[in-house]
Amino acid sequence: MNALTGGNYTTADGRKIGNTMMEMKNITLRFGGVVAIKDISFDINEGEIRAIIGPNGAGKSSMLNVISGFYNPQEGEVWFHGKKRPPMRPYQVARQGIARTFQNIALFEGMSVLDNVMTGRLTHMKAGMLSQMIWKGKAEAEETANREIVEKIIDFLEIQAIRKTPVGRLPYGLKKRVELARALAAEPKLLLLDEPMAGMNVEEKEDMSRFILSMNDEFGTTIALIEHDMGVVMDLSDRVVVMDYGKKIGDGTPDDVRNNQEVIDAYLGVAHD
Amino acid sequence: MFYRESGDFSTTYAEDNQTFPIKFDRYRYYAVLAVAFLVIPFIINDYWANAVFVPFLIYAIAAIGLNILTGYCGQVSLGTGGFMAVGAYAVYKLMTAFPEVSMLVHVPLAGLITAGVVTLFGLPSLRIKGFYLAVATLAAQFFLVWLFNKVPWFYNYSASGQISAPERDVIGIIITGPNTEAWAKYMICLIFVTLAALIARNLTRGSVGRKWMAIRDMDIAAEIIGVNPMMAKLTAFAVSGFFIGIAGALFFSVYLGAAEVGESFGIDKSFLVLFMVIIGGLGSIFGSFAGAAFMVLLPVFLKNVFVGLLGWPTDLAAHLQFIVSGGLIIVFLILEPHGLAQLWRLAKEKLRLWPFPH
Ligand SMILES: Nc1ncnc2c1ncn2[C@@H]1O[C@H](COP(=O)(O)OP(=O)(O)OP(=O)(O)O)[C@@H](O)[C@H]1O
Ligand SMILES: [Mg+2]
Repeated sequence: MNALTGGNYTTADGRKIGNTMMEMKNITLRFGGVVAIKDISFDINEGEIRAIIGPNGAGKSSMLNVISGFYNPQEGEVWFHGKKRPPMRPYQVARQGIARTFQNIALFEGMSVLDNVMTGRLTHMKAGMLSQMIWKGKAEAEETANREIVEKIIDFLEIQAIRKTPVGRLPYGLKKRVELARALAAEPKLLLLDEPMAGMNVEEKEDMSRFILSMNDEFGTTIALIEHDMGVVMDLSDRVVVMDYGKKIGDGTPDDVRNNQEVIDAYLGVAHD
Repeated sequence: MFYRESGDFSTTYAEDNQTFPIKFDRYRYYAVLAVAFLVIPFIINDYWANAVFVPFLIYAIAAIGLNILTGYCGQVSLGTGGFMAVGAYAVYKLMTAFPEVSMLVHVPLAGLITAGVVTLFGLPSLRIKGFYLAVATLAAQFFLVWLFNKVPWFYNYSASGQISAPERDVIGIIITGPNTEAWAKYMICLIFVTLAALIARNLTRGSVGRKWMAIRDMDIAAEIIGVNPMMAKLTAFAVSGFFIGIAGALFFSVYLGAAEVGESFGIDKSFLVLFMVIIGGLGSIFGSFAGAAFMVLLPVFLKNVFVGLLGWPTDLAAHLQFIVSGGLIIVFLILEPHGLAQLWRLAKEKLRLWPFPH
């Protein structure tokens, strides 16, 4: 527990953080004999940038997979906006306003950048089959309205020049950006980013950090992100959860975490008993 | 510089999202429609209708149907022949039970019935993928042929076990039965193929189409953006079945006139339509037409060369024809796996640069 649990605080740079949006209570996740997550609790507040860090295999991605509904934990509860969430399929989670990116990019390789980002709008598109068949009325109007939103996101992420390019032809760094655009297009309340800067050079990392900060600032998107680059984590995040071997070993502001002996040990590779 | 995009600016998103955003393409499309509707009906004769145009148009509808399922949604199907049979038997039962109702109602209705049946056979796709799904649809193919053979109610207890289309007209023009004129057969198929292509194009450019393609490209990622995989797959099976059912209904009632299920809707039909889709180009409406044209024209062309030009005996020519078309399909799959539609795109890219290739 730390002072900031429960939300409603003001950050050093003057952003107002709201109530608790998501609360993970005593989550345990097993794969056969492997315990990927051991009795972990933490919360995410509205408007926050929350980081999850930890060595390889610590269970960070598994935690995001629990939040986004890929895995149902054997024990524990997920609370979202003050309500306990029943077991859900990923598409149901998406419809609640939670979007994400993957550690290994998961784009639709056969579609153009524009179409990929447009798929991010699917939860907002309601025109029925018949209207789409004749492409008049609701279907056409909806397509145009959503295209406008998507174009704004494309401008925001500076990918205008490649909007008609098939995704399969793009280099890695741009793919990561397109995947972010797709997630952002959903206008999520909570955005989960699994290692958004993995494999990027310094310049690309700076761009990505800039995007993450302005997403949070301009659109008020709450963000939970996994990242290995400590510099980035310390700069971006309001609070950090530290995991090691499926357990939570630290939780607090970047400064708290940096000075936590258990965290230092985990990163220096002190032997486990 | 015959073909150009420059000077063609879209000023609205709706314009950018047109079926043919480039003016030149749009004009060519109108020209094709004008010839198809205003010229061909006046010059078509029985040979051209029966050997080329009518089968081409009907197979194009079936190929559009299969392309939606396989090309757009990524679900393999070897049941097309059986699904066409559902359309054929549905329209037969409808036209004999309700002779006073127009064929313009019966044919789409047969499509709807087929949509229901195909959706049912699509249920395994919720659990299995790829090769296993192909085998499941193959089982559907054999089951359906067996069913229509076995249950006499489907062929109205006729002694031969065949179904034959009674004479029906639309606004006084006979479109089924032995007295149908070539141009009438052609026109009724042309109307259905035009509507089918428009509907398919509209569905594939909007949100339904993106859901299908998302499932095709990566089903896990599709779920994460809010696509219900069950709904996406089953709608693809339903829409696909609708078109394939219409194709089957027209194939029997307008083209064949009389049909026996094993012979007319056997496994070879499933493969034929699958080849059309692969050769034409998966995930392309234009490709469905190109593939249908290729597979219909190839045997006609080869027959003319072997028998007409070289004077070989017809049975030898028929066998050679199989070998040559089979060989061509293999060559095609190796050289251009994305089909005729991709060749066309490449040709356009070349034309845009011509005569300055760099
Ligand atoms: N689907 C699965 N089946 C079996 N074991 C799994 C599965 N997914 C994860 N694990 C195991 O759970 C543990 C945690 O994995 P996870 O991917 O969550 O780690 P991570 O913290 O994201 O690591 P990294 O930094 O390498 O991405 C690992 O031991 C992994 O092998
Ligand atoms: Mg991970």
